[in-house]
Amino acid sequence: MVEAQNPPSPAPQNTSVVLNYLGFLRRATGVATDGKWYFYVWMIIMFGIALVGANAWAQQVRDGMIVTNMSDHVSWGLYIANFTFCVGLAAGGVMMVIPAYLYDDEEMHQVVIIGEAVAIAAILMSTLSVVVDLGRPDRFWHLIPGIGKFNWPLSMLTWDIIVLNGYLLINLHIVGYLLYMRYLGRKPNPKWYVPFVFLSIFWAISIHTITAFLYCGLGGRPFWNTALLAPRFLASAFVSGPAFIILSMRVMRLLTDFHFSPKPANTLIRIIRVSMCVNLLMLFSEIFTLFYTGGTHASSAQYLFFGSHGANGLVPWMWTSMFLNIVGACLFFTPAALRRENTRIVACLFCIVGIWIEKGMGLIIPGFIPSTLHEVVEYSPSIIEWKVTAGIWAFGLLVLTLLLKLIASVFTYDSSRTITTEQNAGLDETNIKSIPVETIS
Amino acid sequence: MSDSKASLPIIDHPEVNRRRFLKTAGATLGLAAWAAAMKPLLELTPEVNADEFLQKHYRELTPEQKTVVFKRLEEETKEEYNADVTISDPQPMDNVLFGYALNLSACIGCRKCAEACHIENNHDRASNNSYIRVFEMDMGGIDFEKGNANYDHPVPAPGKYYMPVQCQQCENAPCVTACPIEATWKEKDGIVVVDYNWCIGCRYCEAACPYHARRFNWEKPEIPAEEVNPNQSYLSNRIRPQGVMEKCTFCLHRTREGRLPACLEACPTGARVFGNLLDPDSEIRWVIENKRTFVLKEELGTRPRFFYYFDE
Repeated sequence: MVEAQNPPSPAPQNTSVVLNYLGFLRRATGVATDGKWYFYVWMIIMFGIALVGANAWAQQVRDGMIVTNMSDHVSWGLYIANFTFCVGLAAGGVMMVIPAYLYDDEEMHQVVIIGEAVAIAAILMSTLSVVVDLGRPDRFWHLIPGIGKFNWPLSMLTWDIIVLNGYLLINLHIVGYLLYMRYLGRKPNPKWYVPFVFLSIFWAISIHTITAFLYCGLGGRPFWNTALLAPRFLASAFVSGPAFIILSMRVMRLLTDFHFSPKPANTLIRIIRVSMCVNLLMLFSEIFTLFYTGGTHASSAQYLFFGSHGANGLVPWMWTSMFLNIVGACLFFTPAALRRENTRIVACLFCIVGIWIEKGMGLIIPGFIPSTLHEVVEYSPSIIEWKVTAGIWAFGLLVLTLLLKLIASVFTYDSSRTITTEQNAGLDETNIKSIPVETIS
Repeated sequence: MSDSKASLPIIDHPEVNRRRFLKTAGATLGLAAWAAAMKPLLELTPEVNADEFLQKHYRELTPEQKTVVFKRLEEETKEEYNADVTISDPQPMDNVLFGYALNLSACIGCRKCAEACHIENNHDRASNNSYIRVFEMDMGGIDFEKGNANYDHPVPAPGKYYMPVQCQQCENAPCVTACPIEATWKEKDGIVVVDYNWCIGCRYCEAACPYHARRFNWEKPEIPAEEVNPNQSYLSNRIRPQGVMEKCTFCLHRTREGRLPACLEACPTGARVFGNLLDPDSEIRWVIENKRTFVLKEELGTRPRFFYYFDE
């Protein structure tokens, strides 16, 4: 078995590269949709939830956003909350890329593609979260630069559209190229992906910074109008992103033949320890400034943490988040978190849910309560909003499952075995034309 | 080459064929289920059509295209609301910059202005929408935190004064900056308008506005045919589609033709003063030059063209 060291002459290679790549995608689809019974059960459940979400969204488009519980007072709700969190999830993947490429961490290098896959799924989820928030999704083309009217560079939303789509393309390229090269049995040419990897580092930071700028640039919303917002977003993203990747790695290790060293996860946990402390420090700094100063700036925080004017809809959310974040942070600091046990799983789940609330319901909603003219109108998501959001998550997990499955297959060549594990008998092994390839390094 | 690329094998085997068959069947079923889930989209209102979909931004429409668009909108209003309306397109006048002033000493909080706005601007009847919110404030300060827009008792109440708030038509309008697609902009007479047929309904402008001046059409507005105001303009009071933003336009369909805003005409106490800020002889200029006026949230640098003042 040899590596394909002798590619054919350049001309035919160029003409066939598209066909080859299409062939790769076709086979990749085949492999990614093959699995054991529990794989199909999982996929069917996720697909079912995605369908429920799609149906709820279609109803919302037909009947209007009145089916949500948003109002002219609280004009953004669960969708934008979830969007903010998902952008952070996508940005968090960079915490694998930095050790792998800037610090040449060999073991991280082998699994960095998992972080990029998580980023792809998360970007899809955040884009969908914005699309479902549009009152007129049929006019989506107005946002396309050149065809529509793109208010760039004034509107921060146009910046966000650029960086989110750019980040998606960069990661699709990196993941697609690395997998394709492995599939061909060739060593990836650094010229074709390393520049993009370095670009992706800056880009990852930009997506969450600009998402913060969406909010903190609004002078009429004192709760958001703080320079600390972007750093806080990044710090929390570097917790939720790596935590989600650790969960993905655990699932891969248990359910696929893709085995890897425990070191990358431990590196991620050390990153989380620092990021979570920075995040909590900034949160407390924010809280101090708000409450000690008092006045207008404190009224949203007052409502968020303690309720005001007899309204306290967000109080349970926020204290749940505080509890989960602090307990999660403490768990990450226990020695057990560095072993392949359940402590880190619990810690990851706590921090993911805690930050989902903190960045979402705990940040977007209080920006609107009290309103700019100090009216207190409360908000809690409607059943339609929950269905649509669940649908987006199910779709994201569906995409992530396929990507991770594909990665595991390409990196271990267990695809042939997976196909035949259940009823192995009678399969002619000689029909399987596969060769192992050295790892990318 | 052909050997080395087969690292993800497709195998010719009954087991694999059975799987492939099941997968195809599954995918087909999935697609069918997807189509069924999306079915509500087929029940969209007739106003979502190819002409509407392809319509260009207001400021890129030629006069001929505008004629076609306005005619289509008039027909749609007839079809959906059974009302005969005319949609005009009054243009900003030269050397005119509109400004508004409100005498807080005269306002009694009767909300006649809000009601007039509701009728003039073809607002949804059920939600009782209006571009004006009137706040009942405590004497002794201008603190909205102590204000109440939902008062329900005879006015004026002792110890209170009243503060109507509507679009401030800012010189530096945060909503215009925020809009990702230039669906809202400031006209040269200072009025901030929305192209209801271009807006995608992201509501970023609503988050950006410091004055709670913008409204979203959470559902299709409902108005009985006999209550529809038939004198409409494209950029102001025509019936808005579902899912887009709207806002006060200083009644540009009236004011650009030399009339006064509906809210001013409805005010029983004469608390409202409207006019051309560029005309040194206008009443609004007199108020600004002779009264101690103030604007809301001056510190935000939005430079409103809506002024408040006390009479004594």
